[in-house]
Amino acid sequence: MNEAPSFSPVCPTPDKPGETVELGHGSGGRLTHDLIESVFRPAFAHCETDLTHDGAELEIGGARLAFTTDSYVVQPLFFPGGDIGTLAVNGTVNDLAMCGARPLALSCGFVIEEGYPLAELRRVAHSMQAAASATGVRLVAGDTKVVERGKGDGLYINTSGVGEIVAPLPVAPGRVRPGDAILLSGDIGRHGMAVMSAREDLGFDPPILSDCAALHSPVLRLIEEGIDIHCLRDCTRGGLATALIEIARSAGLAMKIEQNAVPVSEPVRGACEILGLDPLYVANEGRFVAILPGEQAEAALSVLRDFEQNAALIGMVEAGPEAVSLRTIGGSYALDFLSCEQLPRIC
Amino acid sequence: MKFVDEFRDPDAAHRCAEAIAAITTRPWSIMEICGGQTHAIVRHGIDQMLPSGITLLHGPGCPVCVTPPGMIDAAIAIAKRPGAILCSFGDMLRVPGQAGSLLAARGQGADVRMVYSPLDALGIARANPDHEVVFFAVGFETTAPATAMSVLQAEREGLGNFSLLVSHVLVPPAMEVLLADPGNGVNGFLAAGHVCSVTGTREYGPIARRHGVPIVVTGFEPLDLLLGIYLCVRQLEEGRTQVENQYSRSVRPQGNAAALAALAQVFEVRAQEWRGMGKIEASGLGLAPAYASFDALGRFGDAAVQPERPGACISSEILRGMKKPCECVAFGKGCTPDHPLGATMVSSEGACAAYFRYRRPIDDEYWAA
Repeated sequence: MNEAPSFSPVCPTPDKPGETVELGHGSGGRLTHDLIESVFRPAFAHCETDLTHDGAELEIGGARLAFTTDSYVVQPLFFPGGDIGTLAVNGTVNDLAMCGARPLALSCGFVIEEGYPLAELRRVAHSMQAAASATGVRLVAGDTKVVERGKGDGLYINTSGVGEIVAPLPVAPGRVRPGDAILLSGDIGRHGMAVMSAREDLGFDPPILSDCAALHSPVLRLIEEGIDIHCLRDCTRGGLATALIEIARSAGLAMKIEQNAVPVSEPVRGACEILGLDPLYVANEGRFVAILPGEQAEAALSVLRDFEQNAALIGMVEAGPEAVSLRTIGGSYALDFLSCEQLPRIC
Repeated sequence: MKFVDEFRDPDAAHRCAEAIAAITTRPWSIMEICGGQTHAIVRHGIDQMLPSGITLLHGPGCPVCVTPPGMIDAAIAIAKRPGAILCSFGDMLRVPGQAGSLLAARGQGADVRMVYSPLDALGIARANPDHEVVFFAVGFETTAPATAMSVLQAEREGLGNFSLLVSHVLVPPAMEVLLADPGNGVNGFLAAGHVCSVTGTREYGPIARRHGVPIVVTGFEPLDLLLGIYLCVRQLEEGRTQVENQYSRSVRPQGNAAALAALAQVFEVRAQEWRGMGKIEASGLGLAPAYASFDALGRFGDAAVQPERPGACISSEILRGMKKPCECVAFGKGCTPDHPLGATMVSSEGACAAYFRYRRPIDDEYWAA
């Protein structure tokens, strides 16, 4: 029995028996990161891109292109301020914009459940065209699959997009430096609360509208104005907090955020108070953080305020351990990924 | 925002903290009862604004935390029955019993639905007459009236497919248990404002007199908490042990008569098992005999409630304010919100979960992982 063990391929992270995917794996929080690190990164061993970034940068024939993909599984499909179609166009446009790119073209893949009303599908298709026209991006390729009744949720859409990178220098967490200013493009929490109020029939009056919007215009203006953007990130699922933690970790730097500087509209604050949710973790579809040299903060803020009046300087980057601390009334604490989606509290 | 911004004003908060420091001559330990208060204290750093002699102890007041694991297992067993729909508040879904959580049961195909009120569960029962709809009724005196109203409404409508898994708990008996322990270090209490909005303050007078502790009914915003602490310290310094009401914008001494009447009609007071604390006499609510037909445990006899298995967790001492979360060797290592070992970590309002979220040092090994 002293023979050397025979060779057998070993999985780098042995599976625990019975482990399955949970809903939390798709929430953008800790479980999503665990999934990327334990399944995708080891499998995509030769992938050199940052898997937590919004898109990949490719050099093809001298052109610098951004390439990204996203799948949209929102419920309900129609919500105050938008629908799955506007989301599918704007979301992917925004991922390109966050790479410092001008969006050029999108593909769209539809997974449709048997029995889904054609009238609704037409509405979604028109929303997509309207969003694409408003953005100046072309819908150039598509695919349609139909799954049996009960095996889909009405409609899922995947969009992939390419854009031309126009930022002269890379826009990535690696360029974040101590002394950089952290700007937020507007008030947070609208999309998550709009979808939750529609899904759970909460009936806020007046209704909270999703902030779903394309973000390429403010980004391109910042670049035109000569702002040396170091990093951009849209604050989608997981909200502002998750976006900041991801950047701090990738950059290996500390961020100090002033709680009182983070704009939250009164209806969103009220809804979050009632439900016991933290707006820092509520999803947005039309807000981003921009990290840029401190001395350019004022100029950049005035550009952002041309698009959203309540854009704000919310904090600064410092040398120090990679963490995001939030200054509160009595002290400060470090923001952490949530393990899964926030659930409303009992009292 | 009205009634929030005023109570989160940093300048006023710092003035209030200075006022507390100015009247404090000796060390005092004050326990806040409610998990919502614990959460707010740790989140806003209220304890860090106090003079070093004032210690805040975190009490047993997170109803989700103290729901017995056997009751969660019973809820899961009911949810897995064909044709059953189990409705629960959101933060109860993730809490593990001894056989998984309701969220995990949903992942395995059980029909578990998150509701915001027991009346939502009633709506689900109306819409699904061929299903048995069970509402998992947890919470203190705050949520119990809505549960009672749902029973009365179901009776009026003759909704035969609606029942309740009742695990409501009462605050004053738990305070008595804490104070009866000779090792307790509690000098004064901040009572839970929302609970007192329902019950009023009358039950607290005898406790204050019997045990010689001031009790200040307190709200949940930073300034509420600081003012509650100020009033409590002032009583301690002056040698008074009275019931005071800081949260007068919500709490009347007589409570909410309609809510109390519904409670008295639908429920009776019973001994109740608390996760991490064991059985406490007269500390829970069960359905009164006239409403026993709404009892899900009676309706689904196979869903029996098993007693809690002893574990290594020190939540019993944390719930009594005898230890702080960071004094536990498992805190943040073997025990995290994703893998909780006991009552005070299972829900976001538990003391351990609040410390985990807001108090871990940034150079903690957890961050490096």
